[in-house]
Amino acid sequence: MTQRTVYLDHSASTPTDPRVLEAMLPYFTEVYGNALSVHTQGRRAEQAIENARMTIARLLNCKPSEIVFTGGGSESDNLALRGAAIAAKEAGRGDRLMTTPIEHSAIGRTIDQLAAHYGFTKVLLPVDQAGCVSLEDFARLCEPGTALASVMLANNEVGTLQPIAALGALSRERGVIFHTDAVQAGGQMSLDVQRLNVDLMSLSAHKFYGPKGVGVLYVRNGVNLVPSQSGGSHENGRRAGTHATPLIVGMAKALELAYTEYEARTAHYRHLRDLLIEGVLSRVPEAQLTGHPTERLASHASFVFPGMDANKLLIHLDMRGVAASSASACKTGNPEPSGVLLALGYDRETALGSLRLSVGKDTTEDDVTYALDKIVESVAALKKVSRALG
Amino acid sequence: MPRPIKARKTMQKRKRVVVAMSGGVDSSVAAAVLVEQGYDVVGMMMRLWSDEAMGGVEHNRCCTPEAMDDAQRIAAHIGIPFYVLDTKDVFRNKIVEFFIAGHRQGVTPNPCMECNRHIRFDYLLQNALALDADYLATGHYARITQAAEGTFELRQGVDASKDQSYVLSVMGQDQLSHTLFPIGEYPKVEVRALAAKFGLRVESKKDSQDLCFLGKNDYRDFLAVHAPEIMQPGPIVRKDGTVIGQHEGLAKYTIGQRKGLGVTSLEPMYVIAMNPYRNALVVGEKQDLGRDTLTAGRINWVSGTVPESAFRATVKIRYKSDAYPAFVTPLGADRMQVQFDDPLRDITPGQGAVVYEGDRVVSGGIIEKAEEAV
Repeated sequence: MTQRTVYLDHSASTPTDPRVLEAMLPYFTEVYGNALSVHTQGRRAEQAIENARMTIARLLNCKPSEIVFTGGGSESDNLALRGAAIAAKEAGRGDRLMTTPIEHSAIGRTIDQLAAHYGFTKVLLPVDQAGCVSLEDFARLCEPGTALASVMLANNEVGTLQPIAALGALSRERGVIFHTDAVQAGGQMSLDVQRLNVDLMSLSAHKFYGPKGVGVLYVRNGVNLVPSQSGGSHENGRRAGTHATPLIVGMAKALELAYTEYEARTAHYRHLRDLLIEGVLSRVPEAQLTGHPTERLASHASFVFPGMDANKLLIHLDMRGVAASSASACKTGNPEPSGVLLALGYDRETALGSLRLSVGKDTTEDDVTYALDKIVESVAALKKVSRALG
Repeated sequence: MPRPIKARKTMQKRKRVVVAMSGGVDSSVAAAVLVEQGYDVVGMMMRLWSDEAMGGVEHNRCCTPEAMDDAQRIAAHIGIPFYVLDTKDVFRNKIVEFFIAGHRQGVTPNPCMECNRHIRFDYLLQNALALDADYLATGHYARITQAAEGTFELRQGVDASKDQSYVLSVMGQDQLSHTLFPIGEYPKVEVRALAAKFGLRVESKKDSQDLCFLGKNDYRDFLAVHAPEIMQPGPIVRKDGTVIGQHEGLAKYTIGQRKGLGVTSLEPMYVIAMNPYRNALVVGEKQDLGRDTLTAGRINWVSGTVPESAFRATVKIRYKSDAYPAFVTPLGADRMQVQFDDPLRDITPGQGAVVYEGDRVVSGGIIEKAEEAV
């Protein structure tokens, strides 16, 4: 009897949609040229890439020339921050970089690196217990000499959505370049860059049923970037490296499907997410929902179980066929409390017991019921061990 | 006549076994053997403690990133899940602190026995049982059999010279009934052949005798950092109290030691005792060394029942010693006296005393002190 499995870690990664895979396949063996080559093979690759670019630009409501293809979300974040900050500093726009303590490490560590090695100053925006940035704080800290601000559209650990449109507008007023990491939001929220008032935006294909290894950086016309990856003249000199044609084609197809099927998918996510939240909170008395209760990603349910060891919980869940994740767990058995949860004001012991569940387009209600049962079982088993060990 | 635990080839419902894997050949072969025998096997590795403050040693010798990669790779090769269990805090609290405290008391503690008592066959075992495992298995070289009436017995591995039952003497009926030692049935030389048969690419690392949590450090350096007060120089004294020299810190010496004392005398001098209260190292001549009696505490009677009277047995007083013939007298439920036929020179308080009847472990405990027979 094979173990039933339920995958509830779509925030970490998603399976590639079969339609996306089908769209990608010709670009491995039939159209394989280098897009910069003069010959027919190269031109065919170039055409596929430019079609992909136009599709994505349409979905983001921007110009094709404002789309840069990268190797993924982390690379987009690196290019946005390092690229724009260094260019801005050289143009005399200042050396302060504003961000939140709850960004993805591709933002946090890059800003730390810029502060340590490139002469920048990091300024942290306060967040409340749900993780929200306030406009007042942003306005207060947005002093002259601020080169760039980066606030993520949706948080990966606790699901909270930020008021990006308002922050972006404020940023524009103050002449500060505004970047948003939209990696978690891609496929679940509107990515209209005009409405969002952003200058830079990062996306990653494998979060919306596209392939791994490819992403996008939206760069508003007029924003200068010093390339992170220098070399050939690809992407208008912004990102060197031969285009991964099949991946780019796949990403465009995946994004297109996500927004064609947007209403159905997001309604489905919300329904299942709410079942999960209700189920966990009612059946595990000590569980607490983390992140904003309503302004949160459609697919994302995150909790803390005070006193529980998240690592062990994930092992128990995996043994019962449920795939989930935790910000505090560590595959090598060296868990650290989630930095995000600590920043939100949770104490260390509570922060070690975090659990993240994220549903997908193919998750069923049955899956959710099964997962809830297994969560309850696992929590009970772990409590038993605690008692046995005294 | 003891028999191996019932053959599993006719298992109705597959029994689940968590195997403690280290990436080394013994635990890897143990896991592969269990898979072949039809068990539902899950590989697990414990992330133990190491002192990050000590000169950049980031990892316990037993769970380096390389060891974890090896274990993970072998688990994947034999087709079993693999998880790492965070054990750092409980290991530090129960084992490292125990080690330091022992030295503070002037004894030579055996943390490996303590680790089996509290970590492997308690913490890890409970976590394994919580995962609906029927058994915990390790690569220890020992055997478990069952007596006719059902009592579980702990025996030496078939190769007595490689036997590890000494450190397992802390196990009682509860633990034994939930444990498997797959490789103890094979001659030790066959274990490597089995590794080859299963296609396990394991490094031929030499078995290290050093404590796992010391990393590359010497235990004396470790104590100098964590318990500097016991590494203070003090007097070397004769039995009558006369001071004849200076020692460099009690923890640097061991009972029966002759070399490195730095005392000049007509007769060779041997360490016969440590006095932590005076921070004194007591030395004597060769005839002072021999003791034929010891008392031991924290005794675990493997069968679960304390024998009613004294009995003949053979007793080991350290991991690598022979088992010497002796009379064993239980003293209450958890202490015993052992009187050897012949005096021994190195009965060391803090070390394990393990009683054998042939190849079967009767009991194991911690040596309190050595004395002359009355």
